Amino acid sequence: MAVAVTRAPARPFARPKAEHGFWSWISTVDHKRIGILYGVTAFLFFLVGGIEALLIRGQLAQPNGKVLTADEYNQLFTMHGTTMVFLVIMPLAAAFGNYFVPILIGARDVAFPRLNAFGYWVFLAGGGLLYSSFLFGGAPNGGWFGYAPQTNPTFSPGHGIDFWLVGLVVTGIGSLTAAANFIVTTLNLRAPGMTLMRMPVFVWMNLVVSFLLLFAIPIITVALFELYFDRNFGSNFFNANLGGDPVLWQHLFWLFGHPEVYILILPAMGIVSEVLPVFSRKPLFGYSVVVFSGIAIGFMGWGVWAHHMFAVGLGPVANSAFAASTMFIAVPTGVKIFNWLATTWGGDLRLKTPMLFALGFIGMFTIGGLSGVTHSIVPSDYQQTDTYYIVAHFHYVLFGGAIFGLFSGAYYWAPVVTGKLLDEKLGKAHFWLMLIGFNLTFGPMHVLGLQGQPRRTYQYPKGMGWDFWNLISTIGALTIALSILMFIINILKTARNPERAPQDPWDGRTLEWTIPTPPPEYNFAEIPVVHSRDDFWHRKYTEDETGRLVRIPAGGSDDAEDHEHHGHEEHGHGHGIHMPSPSYFPALASLGIMIVGYGAIYLKSGHWWLMAIGGVVVLAGIFGWGNEPLAEEH
Amino acid sequence: MRRGLGGHLRCLRVAAIPAVFVFLASCASNAPQDTLSPDGPIARKEGNLFLFVFAIAAVVFVLVQGLIIATVVRHRHRPGRPDPIQVHGNTKLELGWTIVPALLLVGVAFPTVFTIFDIAKEPTKNVLPVEVYGHLWWWEYRYPTLGISTANELHIPIKTDVRLSLHSIEPGLPAAKGEEFATGVIHSFWVPKLAGKQDVVPGRVNKLTIRAERADTYHGQCAEYCNLSHANMRLRVVSQEQAGFDGWVAQQRKPIDVPQSGDAAAGFALFKGKGTCIGCHTMQGVQGAVARVGPNLTHLMGRETFAGATFDITPENLHKWIENPSAMKPMRPEKGTGMPKIPLSDNEISQLVAFLTTLK
Amino acid sequence: MQAAIGHAPHTPAPGDHDYAVTGIDSRKLGMWGFLASECLFFGALISSHLLYRARAPQGVKIPHDVYDIPYTSVSSFVLLMSSLTMVLALAAIQRNDHRRLRIWLLATAFLGTVFIGGQVYEFTVFTHHGVNLSSSVAASSFFVLTGFHGVHVTVGILWLLSLVGISLRGKLPTENHLQVEIAGLYWHFVDVVWILIFTVVYLVPNKH
Repeated sequence: MAVAVTRAPARPFARPKAEHGFWSWISTVDHKRIGILYGVTAFLFFLVGGIEALLIRGQLAQPNGKVLTADEYNQLFTMHGTTMVFLVIMPLAAAFGNYFVPILIGARDVAFPRLNAFGYWVFLAGGGLLYSSFLFGGAPNGGWFGYAPQTNPTFSPGHGIDFWLVGLVVTGIGSLTAAANFIVTTLNLRAPGMTLMRMPVFVWMNLVVSFLLLFAIPIITVALFELYFDRNFGSNFFNANLGGDPVLWQHLFWLFGHPEVYILILPAMGIVSEVLPVFSRKPLFGYSVVVFSGIAIGFMGWGVWAHHMFAVGLGPVANSAFAASTMFIAVPTGVKIFNWLATTWGGDLRLKTPMLFALGFIGMFTIGGLSGVTHSIVPSDYQQTDTYYIVAHFHYVLFGGAIFGLFSGAYYWAPVVTGKLLDEKLGKAHFWLMLIGFNLTFGPMHVLGLQGQPRRTYQYPKGMGWDFWNLISTIGALTIALSILMFIINILKTARNPERAPQDPWDGRTLEWTIPTPPPEYNFAEIPVVHSRDDFWHRKYTEDETGRLVRIPAGGSDDAEDHEHHGHEEHGHGHGIHMPSPSYFPALASLGIMIVGYGAIYLKSGHWWLMAIGGVVVLAGIFGWGNEPLAEEH
Repeated sequence: MRRGLGGHLRCLRVAAIPAVFVFLASCASNAPQDTLSPDGPIARKEGNLFLFVFAIAAVVFVLVQGLIIATVVRHRHRPGRPDPIQVHGNTKLELGWTIVPALLLVGVAFPTVFTIFDIAKEPTKNVLPVEVYGHLWWWEYRYPTLGISTANELHIPIKTDVRLSLHSIEPGLPAAKGEEFATGVIHSFWVPKLAGKQDVVPGRVNKLTIRAERADTYHGQCAEYCNLSHANMRLRVVSQEQAGFDGWVAQQRKPIDVPQSGDAAAGFALFKGKGTCIGCHTMQGVQGAVARVGPNLTHLMGRETFAGATFDITPENLHKWIENPSAMKPMRPEKGTGMPKIPLSDNEISQLVAFLTTLK
Repeated sequence: MQAAIGHAPHTPAPGDHDYAVTGIDSRKLGMWGFLASECLFFGALISSHLLYRARAPQGVKIPHDVYDIPYTSVSSFVLLMSSLTMVLALAAIQRNDHRRLRIWLLATAFLGTVFIGGQVYEFTVFTHHGVNLSSSVAASSFFVLTGFHGVHVTVGILWLLSLVGISLRGKLPTENHLQVEIAGLYWHFVDVVWILIFTVVYLVPNKH
């Protein structure tokens, strides 16, 4: 934080200096604030995606539903899937990654702070582009997977699909830059003594995810561009009339799409790996194995993509190969489950809200994982694929898994971000309502799928035997909504509550509990020297010969207590810490990209000038960014 | 209050009973597309494999959920308890729970791969080939060895391997040079009680074998999102004893009985003229009525349903349909996919319906 | 773009922004990461082309029918030479010769522009032979692949010209040679991708 700054020479576009208020958020390059931006934006998209889900369930509560027309339904389920995957789970993981990875490795910020801000702004631009489609002639209606040729211009006229293509290319830019940023940060900015095998598991999972993103985003980008060219420039990549192969789209999409689901789940697995040891007061069982399983899942995830295509007609050899690879990816996944259970076994379990969500994760993700194994049984998948049985599976792993894990992180880390603990009673109400509502919504879908109800259908007739469970599922969805209301009330209540959390409310193990909460801009007044895994824990406790904990008397090495009684502002300047200065250029460049995006969508209608203007704005952003120093001199 | 391990097991047993009931109740329901009530050998193979793996999965499920409940009950914090012993891992255990699941999966992989190849085999004895054409949003069937074609309701003889060749076409759209028809979108042919599904992919011809052992009517529907009316692209498979099937085939071969008088005759004139139906629909015995944009209507009344097996064939439904097809079933006729609204008076539509109801 | 902190040689300490546990500067590591992702990008485009390279309706020409291999060999050589001039530019700044730096950067940009110009001419000729984006999937995949490569070259040219401009303003001192090295990494990568494209797309025989 620049306190007394020498006035920079007068320029038309002066470097922003605001520390509070609206413009400080636009120009921030502080990884913690960027994490908060990601988190709040993603949570708002979660509410929107949830409303879309409620509308879908409203339509399906009864046979021959009349709540929505076919076209409205198709737009809603497309946007629900696209939103939850690209605008909720990925940025929520980015929120936690952004806020906590630098702190957990003992760093002051990420390797590229302005690129970090850019990643957020371009995510917002992409999400904004996508949602503006509702106002500009209709949202995309091709499904979140956009299979050609039904997304070809012949079968999907209008601009909806173009909004989808461009919106996803734009958000993909953000994911790619964030991935590169996290890889370099994790490899290069670790504190002394923080070897790779001493890093918290959450940091490891984030690193694996970053590599997955680095390699998967380019593949879907190629697919999106190819379809874009088909729709706008008359190419024929997916036009079967002229030799194009619709199955190429599926290969490209799922080569991205399968690693994508590991991108979605690994951060939550990382969070659970942090929460379980803290609330069991025991170390993670088999740290190395958990880490290597995560890496193994990352590698093996590249070899299973065609299990989304078992009914496409690839032939028995290909189907068998992918059946085998899919079965075997269950092995490292199962190992993690058992290691987590072994972490809790023999521990001293504190069943606070973060722990409840972490345990819920294990239970629900296991169900999703088991149904996933049944999908790998190819002949059985010929019945299961494209039914509600699949919908059940992925909601168990993505909602019961990823979302539960992310809520666990929210309750766990709220005291770091806000300095306050979220209310326990409301938290427990949230958990139980959500657990019950979630199982009521998605449990019956296993049955519905096996009874022959296909996916992506806006209505079903009477007499199929599906009425009862569809109604139950809708009631479950309303229960989920109620549980989220508990969470929102909790946030509002806690915001008004002046009571501050203690420095180390959960008796934590890792570095985020050693600094003031919320942390100062520079995180650490002095970069810590790390001596072991769970370094903070080992400053507090040692073990005797039987393995029992022995508390170390609080002393000089524990600088946590010192900070509790000081304000934030005084620290740091005596140490000569130079933090990167705020900048408008990341937001400006993203604005330019958004304009280019609109130009690309409307290019066919002659609005090339939009792309030109957007291009100028992007260039201005990049040149400004390139010309300004990372940190203004004092 | 501490419960011994026996208490937990009792707890689980109690919870298991209603769970089993619920599961069984679901199985027993009257669901025409129920994959767990297979009625043909292929669906049975697929169903049995599922139940075998599901049983293993259920055991793992009970184990994991049981362990979660057990650890919570046994190890939850109680005041005065000492801190737990710090265990960092156990290589033997970890090896165990890596190797045992892997071996289980190897065990499961063998019957899986065997069944994959078994189902993919080209049938050799007693085979009836049928060409299936997925349109937006209905099914066309042509029997090359029998010289007949029909729509939406596929009749097959029992105890015969019916070998389906799956094509995606859109005759309503301009074809590429040198090709007969434009290709369409991806669909998926699925009749759950007889067999798992196979996608209908433009540009390639996938195959699917179905076989019924007894006479019945089976429900199915398209199982690959094909946009607007995907939900309304349904189908029936009617399996018949050989004699009944032969009789059906003979009926399908016949041209229409041209109506000579009354509303039906007027309707027939409309079919060829102002109604423009002849431009899209095949009608055997009528000069120039060979188009495949819409279904073959020659023996419409021999079917129970129409419009992608979505509506029952009644005069009222047929009337409403001709009046405004997209109001009943969302379509995009202005883009060449779906039936357009024909400008006819109410009386003219009644005459058309009168004609259609003569088409046995 | 580090602000000059002191005049003594600066050894990064933990907490400093240019601290690097791996010993590789973060910006260089970041560029390598980006280039890794670009491998997948071009890999997917090349795979699409490999699938489609011989597919065209009856009687319609595919790109392979109209290639002028000698011509494209010359333009490939030009691009290859631009990698040499890029190396010379980096060597110049490393030995404090800023004038030569700018000369070699301009030479690289010039050679890159010649390459792009050659491609534009080549594509115009193809179009006159009836090989364009819509004529066949073979052509679609060819133009999208080489088009994206051309965009990458163009971005590189703009980048190099910017470096020349920065150097002229005196804002590219010798200690910032990493900026030239990173631009060089990108440029060489784009060149290597072209070698791959030239081999797989142009040179490998294609039965049609």
